Amino acid sequence: MNPEINSPNASSPVKARTDPIHELIIEGAGCASCVGKIEKALKQVRGVENADMNFAQRTVTVTGNADTAGLIAAVEGAGYNARQLGGGANDDELEQKEKADWAYYKRLMREMAIALSLGIPLMIYSLVVGEMTVATTVERLVWLVVGLLTLGVMVFSGKHFYIGAWKSLKNHSANMDTLIALGTGAAWLYSMVVIMAPSLLPEMARHVYFEATAMIIGLINLGLALELKARGRTSAAIKRLVGLQAKTARVVRDGHELDIAIEQVLKDDVVRVRPGEKLPVDGEVLEGHSAIDESMLTGEPMPVEKARGDEVAAGTLNKNGTLLFRATRVGKDTALAQIINMVKRAQNSKPPIGRLADVISAYFVPAIMIIAVLSALAWLNFGPAPAVAFAVVSATTVLIIACPCALGLATPMSVMVGVGKAAEAGVLIRNGEALQTASKITAMVLDKTGTITQGSPKVTDIIVLEQEADAPEESAILRWAASLEAGSEHPLALAIVDSAKSRGLSLDKVTGFNAIAGHGIEGRVGKRALLFGNDKLMAQRDIDIQPHIGTIQALAAEAKTPMYLAVNQKLLAIIAVSDPLKPDSVTAINRLKQAGVRVVMLTGDNQATARAVAARAGISEFVAEVLPQDKANKVIELQQQGEIVGMTGDGINDAPALAQSNVGFAIGTGTDVAIESADITLMRGSLHGLADAIEVSKATLRNVKQNLLGAFIYNAAGVPIAAGVLYPLFGLLLSPVIAGAAMALSSVTVVTNANRLRFFKPQVSNYQSEEV
Amino acid sequence: MLLVNLFGLALIGLIIWWFWLYRPEQVDADSTAITVRVEHGVYQPAHIHLPPDQSSVLSFERVDESPCAEMVLFPELEISESLPVNRVKTIRIPPLKSGEYEFHCQMQMYRGKLIVSD
Repeated sequence: MNPEINSPNASSPVKARTDPIHELIIEGAGCASCVGKIEKALKQVRGVENADMNFAQRTVTVTGNADTAGLIAAVEGAGYNARQLGGGANDDELEQKEKADWAYYKRLMREMAIALSLGIPLMIYSLVVGEMTVATTVERLVWLVVGLLTLGVMVFSGKHFYIGAWKSLKNHSANMDTLIALGTGAAWLYSMVVIMAPSLLPEMARHVYFEATAMIIGLINLGLALELKARGRTSAAIKRLVGLQAKTARVVRDGHELDIAIEQVLKDDVVRVRPGEKLPVDGEVLEGHSAIDESMLTGEPMPVEKARGDEVAAGTLNKNGTLLFRATRVGKDTALAQIINMVKRAQNSKPPIGRLADVISAYFVPAIMIIAVLSALAWLNFGPAPAVAFAVVSATTVLIIACPCALGLATPMSVMVGVGKAAEAGVLIRNGEALQTASKITAMVLDKTGTITQGSPKVTDIIVLEQEADAPEESAILRWAASLEAGSEHPLALAIVDSAKSRGLSLDKVTGFNAIAGHGIEGRVGKRALLFGNDKLMAQRDIDIQPHIGTIQALAAEAKTPMYLAVNQKLLAIIAVSDPLKPDSVTAINRLKQAGVRVVMLTGDNQATARAVAARAGISEFVAEVLPQDKANKVIELQQQGEIVGMTGDGINDAPALAQSNVGFAIGTGTDVAIESADITLMRGSLHGLADAIEVSKATLRNVKQNLLGAFIYNAAGVPIAAGVLYPLFGLLLSPVIAGAAMALSSVTVVTNANRLRFFKPQVSNYQSEEV
Repeated sequence: MLLVNLFGLALIGLIIWWFWLYRPEQVDADSTAITVRVEHGVYQPAHIHLPPDQSSVLSFERVDESPCAEMVLFPELEISESLPVNRVKTIRIPPLKSGEYEFHCQMQMYRGKLIVSD
């Protein structure tokens, strides 16, 4: 029977997902002849153009318009199992990982229990009796039984170390398993030599070390189990992000509403979302209005009102209204999926601080093996009696304590938690290098428009200077200005047009339109020759604004940008436009200053307006009338002064300066964010994200340093002590069991310390809005 | 004692040769697709030869349950991927210039190398 592509709801056919390529992993295909059978079954599925199986990889690539469920059913129909190849992080993958981790954890604990149930009684016996020597035949027989039991422990509880060590050796590489296998193997073999051929050794050296072997295997399994638990918590941020994804969506197709899995939502589908529901995909609102809680994505605590034409994002929560929206991005293209991928990537990249540890880790294991041999030789040549026993103990202990796992984990674990922590605050850090550099920022350059201010100027004042007989009202002034500006995309022009629209004014027909770049616009409305623009335009056309200089200065002092309207060569009105500060810019800038960061504002505005905005924002250093290329020069100038410069802008016209800076911060506005463009992206518009990013990066770097220091000290101090450098002075030699416990706990300590970062809170996490 | 010392020194020489000087066999990605098995603390194969300026696909098949095997990182290529247990994860390698590119787990206990040359 040929499987058909069926919808989840048989009575309401749903369009198949039209991914052109599907990759499946096949299970149960044990022979090459299975390939033809599977390919044939897949090719019979409606929509499939071709199916190619790679027998070596047990994967099959299917092209054509078919849904994955149908393909899997076809393979199952042919007598095999199939699964979609893992893509990004999704619920299924995380669930599968958790299951696998839990099974492995239980196995490790079981193996630990078996090993310690032999190791602990032996340990107690050695402590009570003092010596585990072999002198009589009875003792030899008893210890032989114990030796065989230990062998059982090695096989049952430590098999993975020995197999790993062997595979690793065969591959000319050395890893943790190599050290453990060599250490415990040497202790057991030596003990067996003591039992089987005691005459080979001096009487004083006839000790057995079975308790060390069993205890080390038990403790290291315990350490691995604890580390597994602690590691699970470090990826909590990803889990939370993945958890934001809705599982189903309600789409409207052919006039019917259907609940389907989000994987089946197609671009341009119309999706309905009801109050209290999560949005399944990104889209553009077609109908309805509602408040959307975007805090999970942007860190912005206040819900955002959405209506027709607004963009909405997957993973956000619809609060109170019903929305109908068109899906614009689905699956792995949604902003949330991109954020998850970006956080995952960043979590696994390393800051430069970790590179030394990486180099050391790469050479460490063979180096330790050499140290173990040298240590054994030194004891044999110069050590006290029983030299053989001392040589075995020291070499074993060096091998066991030296595992560089803690060193290898020190950086990635902290970065994983730190990047996740930043993501929770709506701060997306691109990689480990950006994280490290952000912690060193000494100067922050802020673009004014859209960064410190809201980026949406509004008309604040319309001052009529000279009345004409037929233009008595403000509304007429605004209508003329808006009529001229209607074709312009400039933010100030948009402010004028919006203001006219909000007053319900209809615009006049303009003739003789002429835009004068950087100055303004001219045109005719009826008999009137209109000129609208800045002071430079007025000067160019010999229109004197000096009689009104007091008014103009007063407006500039209030951070308002004055624009002038002249009719028939006579100055008629001043229209002031202002871009208000974001409600929290002042507190955020204060946080930066308190953190010792020099704050510099850049703007294209005139000196007076720039001064006024800077004063309101609490910034003492600003540069006015700058062009985009000058912004980059300002960054260079600061760098030449020895500053580590962070640049914050909207990521498009500030691109040269962002690229020049040590760390570029893009201010994102929710879904419009160019996630890939900047070193660090602030998902919410607030500048508090800057302070949060710097604080999180400092805390993370501090944590990395603690981890590296701990791991370095552990290895740097542990290895010489194990080799016996303290013996000549203090008679101190480390027990292999203590070394095993220390090794097991070292990684756990590093991961636990990294987990402490999860409790880190930026200075102002829930800032209070303030009126400006 | 002399014999023991000589044996020790020979052992050190063997360690140096085995782990640092020996050039392990490379596996050619002749069809630009290759499966790397992650098992028992190693990548198999660990040394993979790729042609230059050509993208390729590595399929990682992880059967090793140890959490150390969970991630594979290609630091110079800015690639890091999690490897689910008992599943195949394909990783697309972009066209590379001639040279050697390491890949490893987070702890750097599992290590491998892409050798890109003609």
